[in-house]
Parts: sequence; C-alpha cells; structure tokens
Amino acid sequence: MGAVMGTFSSLQTKQRRPSKDKIEDELEMTIVCHRPEGLEQLEAQTNFTKRELQVLYRGFKNECPSGVVNEETFKQIYAQFFPHGDASTYAHYLFNAFDTTQTGSVKFEDFVTALSILLRGTVHEKLRWTFNLYDINKDGYINKEEMIDIVKAIYDMMGKYTYPVLKEDTPRQHVDVFFQKMDKNKDGIVTLDEFLESCQEDDNIMRSLQLFQNVM
Amino acid sequence: MAAGVAAWLPFARAAAIGWMPVANCPMPLAPADKNKRQDELIILNVSGRRFQTWRTTLERYPDTLLGSTEKEFFFNEDTKEYFFDRDPEVFRCVLNFYRTGKLHYPRYECISAYDDELAFYGILPEIIGDCCYEEYKDRKRENAERLMDDNDSENNQESMPSLSFRQTMWRAFENPHTSTLALVFYYVTGFFIAVSVITNVVETVPCGTVPGSKELPCGERYSVAFFCLDTACVMIFTVEYLLRLFAPPSRYRFIRSVMSIIDVVAIMPYYIGLVMTDNEDVSGAFVTLRVFRVFRIFKFSRHSQGLRILGYTLKSCASELGFLLFSLTMAIIIFATVMFYAEKGSSASKFTSIPASFWYTIVTMTTLGYGDMVPKTIAGKIFGSICSLSGVLVIALPVPVIVSNFSRIYHQNQRADKRRAQKKARLARIRVAKTGSSNAYLHSKRNGLLNEALELTGTPEDEHMGKTTSLIESQHHHLLHCLEKTTGLSYLVDDPLLSVRTSTIKNHEFIDEQMFEQNCMESSMQNYPSTRSPSLSSHPGLTTTCCSRRSKKTTHLPNSNLPATRLRSMQELSTIHIQGSEQPSLTTRPPPTTSK
Repeated sequence: MGAVMGTFSSLQTKQRRPSKDKIEDELEMTIVCHRPEGLEQLEAQTNFTKRELQVLYRGFKNECPSGVVNEETFKQIYAQFFPHGDASTYAHYLFNAFDTTQTGSVKFEDFVTALSILLRGTVHEKLRWTFNLYDINKDGYINKEEMIDIVKAIYDMMGKYTYPVLKEDTPRQHVDVFFQKMDKNKDGIVTLDEFLESCQEDDNIMRSLQLFQNVM
Repeated sequence: MAAGVAAWLPFARAAAIGWMPVANCPMPLAPADKNKRQDELIILNVSGRRFQTWRTTLERYPDTLLGSTEKEFFFNEDTKEYFFDRDPEVFRCVLNFYRTGKLHYPRYECISAYDDELAFYGILPEIIGDCCYEEYKDRKRENAERLMDDNDSENNQESMPSLSFRQTMWRAFENPHTSTLALVFYYVTGFFIAVSVITNVVETVPCGTVPGSKELPCGERYSVAFFCLDTACVMIFTVEYLLRLFAPPSRYRFIRSVMSIIDVVAIMPYYIGLVMTDNEDVSGAFVTLRVFRVFRIFKFSRHSQGLRILGYTLKSCASELGFLLFSLTMAIIIFATVMFYAEKGSSASKFTSIPASFWYTIVTMTTLGYGDMVPKTIAGKIFGSICSLSGVLVIALPVPVIVSNFSRIYHQNQRADKRRAQKKARLARIRVAKTGSSNAYLHSKRNGLLNEALELTGTPEDEHMGKTTSLIESQHHHLLHCLEKTTGLSYLVDDPLLSVRTSTIKNHEFIDEQMFEQNCMESSMQNYPSTRSPSLSSHPGLTTTCCSRRSKKTTHLPNSNLPATRLRSMQELSTIHIQGSEQPSLTTRPPPTTSK
C-alpha cells in the first residue's frame, strides 16, 4: 500500500527544480542597470548630433534595456546579419574592440564612441580603430597569427556554401598578400605607422573607408 | 527586418570598416538613402483613440499596411493624422508589435475579430510570440472545429452530390440521421439486439413446472420458440454484418475494427451450434459458446456514444488500471499469507491453503464481508482487522488518483504532442526564413546582375527586373555584398547560367569552366543547410519576427496566397519547410518576387 503511494508519487515528480544559474543570471542582469551620461556630454564627445544620439539610444535601449551589451547579445545581434555563416568569432573580436575598458560589457558610451569614430571620424582615426581591431592581444603590433585569426573569422561569416568553395589555405594566402602590402620592413609584424602608411597609399582602401559616410 | 535588427544595422555597417584593409578588390557602392527625413512623430487615430509613434518605428516592417505607403490612403489632410476606422483594442497589440517586435494575442479578444484585424494590417499571425502562440492556436482550433461542426450539420440537410451506392450505404451506416432508411435500419437493429439479449436472459428463468418432471427453465420448455427467435435475430445480424462488410471504403480496416469483431463474435456461436451435432462430449463446449451470445450487448455501443467514450477511457487508462491491479495483487498475497499462517493453528479452519485465503482477503479488502470464511484465532482476528482497514485505503485511494492521473496524463500528452508539433513548425519557420532571407539577397543580386548583363548584351531591360526593395533590405544586401568582395567568395546563386555570367562579369579570379562545373557538382551533392548558428535558435523571438516577414515575401509556393494565410495550418507550414529545404542549388528559377 505504501508502495502504491510511493509509485504514484514518483509518477508526479517532474524536474521542478529551476536551474539556479538562470535565476542568478537574471538577477545579475536586472541589478546591473546602466544609465549613460547626459546628452550634452555625449554630444561633445562624439561627432553625432543630439537627434542622432537620441535615435541611437532608442534602438540601443530597446535591445538592451539594462543599458549594457554583453558579449552573448553582441554575438546574437551580429549573427542575425549573417545567417549563413558563423559570425561569432568576428563578433568576439569586434566586441573586444568596442569594449575599450575591457570590462566585458559595452555601455552606450562605448558604443557611441566607436560608432562616432567609424562613421564620422577622420581617416586617421578609422585606421587606428581598425588597427586596434586587428591587434587581438593589444600589444601594439599585428603579427601573422593575429591576422590569420581575423581573416579566418571573416571567412567564417560567409558560411560553407560559397562559390568558389573555401579551401584550407585561402585565409593564409590572403594574409600573405596583406602582409606583403603592409609590412614595409618585412620583419613579420605590422606596426601602427606601417599600417597607416600602407593604407593611405592604397586607393581602394581609402575609397572604401568613405563608403559608410551616410549611414545614420 | 525585426525591430532590433533594423536598429543595429548602422552598427553592423560601421563595423564593416574592419574588413576594408583586408579586402583585395573595391567595394560596391552603398545604396543611396533618398528622401531621408528627420524622424517625426506621426499620429494614428483609430476610431477616436490617438496613438503616437515615430515614423521609423512603423517603417521597421515595410510589408505591412502601416509600414508601407499604403497608410497614405488613410491620411486625413485636415487633421494631419492617419485615421483608421477599426478596433482600437486590437490596434494596441498591433502597435506594440512594431515597437517591440513581438506580437501578442490578448486572451479576451475574439479569435476571428483578431484575425480580421491582423489581415487588415497585413500581419501574419504566425509571428505571434511564444508566450501567446499556444493560446492562439488552441482558440483557433476550437473555432475551426465549431465551424466545421456547423458546416457538417448544414451539409447533412443538403442533398449531397451523387455518391455511389456503396458510399451512400457507408454514410447511412455511419450517420443514421442522414436518411430515413438509415434511421429505420438503425432502430430495427437496435430492437433486435434488445430482443436477442432479453431472450438470452429469459431463457434461463424457470418457467413453471411441467407435470411429471422438475422445474424447467423457459428455454428448454419452449425451446422451439426460443430457437426461432434466436434464428431470426442471427439472420438479421448476419445480413447487417454482410451489408457493413460491403459498404466501407477500406474493408481491411473495417474487418480489423473492434465493432466488426464484436459482430462476428455475436453471430458465430449460433452457426457453430448449428454445425455441431448433439454430441454429449461437445455439448459442454456448446454451452460455453452460448455465453458468447451475451456479447451481443456490446453491439449497443454503436448506438450509444457514452459506451464508446467509456471504452476509450479504459483503453487509454490501461496502464494505470494494470498498475492498480498489480498493487492490489501484492496486498492480497501478503495478507493471504499472513492469514493462512495465523489460522494454521486453529482446528477446522477454512483457511486450507494460501490460495483459499485469497478469497477471504479479497472479500475483506473490498469490505464485502460475506462471512463464509472467518478467522478464529486471536492473531487471525488482529490481522483480519488490519486487512479490512487497509482494504479501505487501498481501494479508495487509488481511484481518484487514477482519475486525476488519467486526466493529467491525457492533457499532458496532448500538450506534449502540441509542443512537439509547434516546435517542428517553429524550426520550419526559422529554416524557411533563413533560406528566405538568403534567397532575398540572392534574388536581388541576380536581379542586379541581370540588369548589368542585359545592359552589357544590349537587350532592352525587362520591367520586372528593376525592383525596389526597402532601404533597410538594400543596405543589408550591400553589407553582404561587401563581405563577398572582402573575402573574394560569393554566395551560391540558384541559376547555373547566371553563375557563369557572374564569374565573367565580376572578373573573378577563379574563372575556370571545369572548376565551376566541379563546384556545381560538389555543391549539388550537399544538402541545403539546416540552421548552423546556435545563436539564432536561442533567440527565437527576434528571429521569427525578422525572418517570417521575409518568408511571406520571398517564398512562392502554391499554397501561399494572402487569403490563405489566415487558414495556414501546421500542414502548410511543414509543406513550406519541406519545399524550402528541398531546394537544391540547381533548381529552375522560381518566379520573381513581388515586393511592395
């Protein structure tokens, strides 16, 4: 009889224990609520007008009500633009480039500062930002391994179904071409000055940097 | 695109600057943002209630009424607002969809009113968020069933188009209310079943004495009369069975069904009885066969809906019942053993063996207490009382548990099946949307390239080629195009001819006819991708809204026309999924998409 009850109750035990990690995560997200500095300060610091900042913030706040973007959200957002491939590696590098203070989360100020450089900055600033992006370990130099990682991440975003089919050493070849152009003294690393100089010599690059002028 | 995605597009495009130094070839031009207005508040007046929102909020979904230029038809010049003569309550949900990217279904709303409003505003119900989707689908199904029932009862009064004789018979058997003949047949068979059952019962009643012999049951006294009655009933049943055998569309399935087995079992004993001789040895078996005649009473289940439901209930609850039986058996065995050994000592004890004690245990536990077996020793009495007390618990407790278990498990199964089907449908939607969005890009690329090609070859441009996609879409496509240029690869295009043209036009490094053929062969062997990025599936809210908008636009299937969207069932969605996923890279070109 007790066995009867026991067996009946065992039928009812579903996994009702909620995962503790999820609860903690949610608590964390709700506690951390960041508000950006005033509009005037941001306007002074960036090259955006008040209206543009307002539009940017509305979009940002809609997606991230807590005021900060963490890497996961960043990756998800970026992945939606490249449905065929895997944008997570490139998004990771991008996140590190946005997160200048290396806190693990991107606040609205960081976001807007980076956008300001990319969309409204001088050529010099843009190139410097790009150099920072490529320099994964932030040591001031780009070596071949870092470049290969970046290029592989970019190729990953294309996905598998491309024409021509991506071969194993295509990224490496691509990086070799890049280094031939950028590395002036052929010492295997590219410094900021070499990078700036080489990019300014290349018309294609100069033109493409101006491509997104009218975004926003 | 979804609300969120559209807002982040400037960021994604800005981040594309990171590819520039790596690229080898020049980038394509960015789409020009014609008539770029400052963001303004627009007023939407819905039956007197004013809603205000930014223009860009509405333009997130350009293929809906509010997001496209269609709303200009509702612009009121005098008051400088957009006036809609519709329900303001539902409009609240619609506007929230634009704001948050999630469409919710308010529970108090009537389902058909809600559907009407969604159809008016050009929003697909499929993008209802997960929180409300189950409720929406349930209500929709209820409504559909109710309408179907109404339709059916209407149809029954109409005269059906000419069916074959066989089909009419089958319909008559299944629904006795279709024609008077069917009704007559129904009542006649019912009457004869009752007659047969009553004769079986009355046969055994003692009918008074015949002088010179002991009391006889009626069956033996008026054996001829009963035999005639029995024959008549069996003849009717046989005719009925044969008719039923002739009518159904699938005879094999009919023969296997429970009702037909019952019919056979009901009439078999008579024929076997006819065949067998009046032999002493087999008459015992003959008598047992007569027992089967009582199964005729089950034929009533055709006439009674309640019996059928009960049968189905028992069948579905079988495991619970089986378990109850098992636990009862355990208890019986335990107590029988105990009582046997307790009563072993007493003289003239009825508890001669453990199986003999089973009877006592069962009678006591079910609180019947016949009193034919009673314990005499003190230990026996103690254990006997424990047995009867526990009997109450054992019998009484599991019954409501079974009932509630049954209802819970039944609903759980239904919900699990529903969830599984919904999950499949949702994955299908996501898959379609992904292929849809890539198709959109490829279509626009193809159209752009065809434009170039046509210009090169000098043929007059086809009107359909110069399509306008929304600004956000063209910006997204430009982004993908930049990526292609950076890497030197290109997304696979559907049309093999076009791919050749692509390679020649773009002065691709890898122009080589043989290599191209090889590539095409390789790629046609591979299956079309199922979703690879886990990030997408983990954030279904954004994706479904983003991509199902695309799927409405780009996937052209025989089933997808706007009126049909309202009735888009699970089957249609899975059809879309199957068709979408079966598209190999070298299919014939689907018809060009039309976008608003």
